[in-house]
Amino acid sequence: MKLIQKLGLVLFLGGLLAFTIIPFLGNYQLSEEIVLSQSKEIHQESMNEILSPLYGKTYQTNFTFISEVNGKIDDYNQERKDNQQWDQVIWDDYTFPLTKASVQSPVKSQPLLFLFLSIGLVVLGGLLYNIPKHQGEPEGIKNNGIFHSKMKNRGWLGMITGTYLILFYIILYWFPAYMVNAVWMVNPLSLLLSGNPASQWFLYGFIYTLAILVMGIRMFRKYRGNKYQQLRTASVMFFQTAFAFLIPEILVLLNQPYYDFKNIWPLDYDFFYDYQISTFLSSGGVGMFMLIWGILLIIIAVPLFTYFYGKRWYCSWVCGCGGLAETVGDPYRQLSDKSLKAWNIERYLIHGVLVLAVVMTLITIANYFSSFSFLGNVTNQLHSFYGFAIGSAFAGVVGTGFYPFMGNRVWCRFGCPLAAYLGMVQRFKSRFRITTNGGQCISCGNCSTYCEMGIDVRWYAQRGQNIVRSSCVGCGVCSAVCPRGVLKLENGPEEGRINENPILIGNDSIKVNA
Amino acid sequence: MSQTRHIVIIGNGISGITCARHLRKLDSDVKITVISGESKYFFSRTALMYVYMGHMKFEHTQPYENWFWEKNRIDLKEGWVKQIDFNSKVLLFTNGDSISFDQLVIATGSKPNKFGWPGQDLANVQGLYSKQDLELMEKTTESGVSHAVIVGGGLIGIEMAEMLSYKKISVTFLVREAGFWNNVLPKEESELVGRHIKEHHFDLRLNAELDEIIGDQNGKVKGVKTKDGELIDCQFVGLTAGVSPNIDFLKNSDLDLKRGVLVDQYFRTNLPDVFAIGDCAEFREVPGKDRKNIEQVWYTGRMHGETLAHNLIKKPVQYNPGVWFNSAKFLDIEYQTYGTVPADWEKDNAINFYWEHSSGKVAFRMLMDQEKKILGVNNFGFRLKHEFFDKAISQGWTGEKVIAHLSKANFDPEFYAPYISEIQKVYKDQFGGEFTPSKKSFIQKLLGARL
Repeated sequence: MKLIQKLGLVLFLGGLLAFTIIPFLGNYQLSEEIVLSQSKEIHQESMNEILSPLYGKTYQTNFTFISEVNGKIDDYNQERKDNQQWDQVIWDDYTFPLTKASVQSPVKSQPLLFLFLSIGLVVLGGLLYNIPKHQGEPEGIKNNGIFHSKMKNRGWLGMITGTYLILFYIILYWFPAYMVNAVWMVNPLSLLLSGNPASQWFLYGFIYTLAILVMGIRMFRKYRGNKYQQLRTASVMFFQTAFAFLIPEILVLLNQPYYDFKNIWPLDYDFFYDYQISTFLSSGGVGMFMLIWGILLIIIAVPLFTYFYGKRWYCSWVCGCGGLAETVGDPYRQLSDKSLKAWNIERYLIHGVLVLAVVMTLITIANYFSSFSFLGNVTNQLHSFYGFAIGSAFAGVVGTGFYPFMGNRVWCRFGCPLAAYLGMVQRFKSRFRITTNGGQCISCGNCSTYCEMGIDVRWYAQRGQNIVRSSCVGCGVCSAVCPRGVLKLENGPEEGRINENPILIGNDSIKVNA
Repeated sequence: MSQTRHIVIIGNGISGITCARHLRKLDSDVKITVISGESKYFFSRTALMYVYMGHMKFEHTQPYENWFWEKNRIDLKEGWVKQIDFNSKVLLFTNGDSISFDQLVIATGSKPNKFGWPGQDLANVQGLYSKQDLELMEKTTESGVSHAVIVGGGLIGIEMAEMLSYKKISVTFLVREAGFWNNVLPKEESELVGRHIKEHHFDLRLNAELDEIIGDQNGKVKGVKTKDGELIDCQFVGLTAGVSPNIDFLKNSDLDLKRGVLVDQYFRTNLPDVFAIGDCAEFREVPGKDRKNIEQVWYTGRMHGETLAHNLIKKPVQYNPGVWFNSAKFLDIEYQTYGTVPADWEKDNAINFYWEHSSGKVAFRMLMDQEKKILGVNNFGFRLKHEFFDKAISQGWTGEKVIAHLSKANFDPEFYAPYISEIQKVYKDQFGGEFTPSKKSFIQKLLGARL
């Protein structure tokens, strides 16, 4: 390792350490002013009453503060529930805004300094580590040492990384009040972009985008000499930065709805929720455009682009989940399970999620048009179940947290309902296929090993059979790592797509078809 | 023959396994046993280098999941065959076991050549062929090896060099010939690979021959001496001067042997119900023009396997290989060949077209006969389609027709540099022709694709 890379690693770890410590800095003081400003009008009076015993007290840790606040509100709610006073129960979760407003910390007073010391150092360290990679080496992809690595082969470093990611997601989704300091760090940036104070989602989007950018640069280094990989990586970097991160924030600055123009239902599962629809309908021409655009993506763009280019147009060129998987997740792509058993589980699971998303959305829409008389409560319960189990636990905690355990496409392979939809089009009506080069395969297994979707590519390649699989996201890595030039991603006529070549060209004694 | 006849295959390499799988495809009743002492489950030998370099784990080199064999009722028997009693049709194993057979297929592959060099059996001197060779190499190079000498410039040699460099072991490459693999590659291609070897900082010595391997007092290698008298200190020696049939256990039996097990065009040996395929088989007569008596590549192993399986179940056919093809990867440069391109040819018998990219890492050669019909191609650093050339060569296309349609043969990933149109231009300049070189596509223009 070069000296500069070692320095990068030190900076990276230092930044990570700072990021981990930051939530614990400072103390917490609640005041009447804070409670009134953070509560909805209908709750102001009761909240003030519930929390007044806390006013003026200084809490040294977020643990004591949050448990005190929650304890008081829970006691209040319990009493109302016991007395059947359902309308007086405070259903809203005020923990995050109250904690955010109550924190007194150096991070809050000097956000940019701490932003630099944590995320800034991580980014800087990542760049210093990645940019010099493979310098002075001839072009070519080297997967040297991957299965000897403690990080990339489920060693102790991988275990720690996975655990850290899982904890991060659990805190982000369900206990964001514990990371209010980190949210304060990005507050100035959020004010600049959208004019609004930062939420935990802004922090997440910011980190997510930087992660894709820094690890995208790693992709440029790793796959140097491979134009397809370079362009694909540049594409996901662009779509994440512009479409997923900047444009929605700027829309808010311009008093328009927050909207990611490349997010497609059913991945974007709340697109048809009543509050979304109301937002679109109440935002004039722009809102109407967003609604129509979103519907056109579902009914025109997905089938049409998938017909011409396969699902890769979305999954490995545009999608944000795919973008993270293809950059941050790339070091773990070899950990996907290639067994037939895994394929069976995959088919049940991903189509099950698709069915669930479709049913939920149909009920939602039926409800909307029947003025919420049709299964009103069931809709809400379905929404919260889906949001918890699929939207957060599966897509986030498992989807990303399990990179170092099960590979980088766990969500895309087993869970994403949009991937299931794209996959059905790709399997049954598309020009896309991976062609194999006659008899040149030597069954070495590089293609299967590095397939992030767990496709046993070699099974097809050694039979001279084209690969037409609904799960293939067209990342092109099988083709890139093939030492004999056997695999090629292609769009071509549907005829002959599932081919009947002899298993082996070049044996004129007999012809055995696959 | 009876429905329950027992076909036993010695060796679970690509030939033996291909044979076993196709036997099962053609006949659901025949009893099939595959014997191997090397590894219970079939693996891809060509991928051993990737295991060493940490690209894959050993199980990734196994093309079929472990349940596959039981499901297809292919019995796997672990063990080394010591002796064969051809009269009573019984195999004897080194551990005392025995198995009887109705028909026997010998597919025992190769072993690395050792030409009787002094010191060739010292510790830390080895070839690379089997799983055991890999394990040995992993063990011996774990520590205490800073410099290695590789003897023999061929495909395994360059793989071994790449493997050693992963462990930061520097390599001196002794190649007897004047160019790398120049008994197979024409001069320009051989030089192209030679340059790339040097680009990877390997010490490539052409016209250098091994004289003696020198050991220390513990019987471990400490250096080599070349024929020029030069002494090179090293702690590891790789012997990669080709392979020869692995048939020592068959010597002094009734089986006709030469370098390999002698077979006819039906893979029949001199003994009834005994067949040989793959690297260990030696054809009494060459199986085709430009073919050798011993075929030692992956693809011919597959062809032998599927043809013999057919012959054992159905009406036997002669082994009749078609257009030759092969491929390899020299460090970062991929190589494919289709048809016949020898290392050298008589100027009067062949017309030669050669193009090399300015990087010196991408090249294309096409040989044509006197009537300008294609004989074969070599391509380096870009990919060409097997199907296209199989057709073009077997149908005797003219070179001009091949070049005119060359974009149909392109197998490079999307957005790659337009080498094909450059080759077409250069060919047209040299030989003329009634075709227009392919134009850049819209996407290529958009992305500024260039050579």
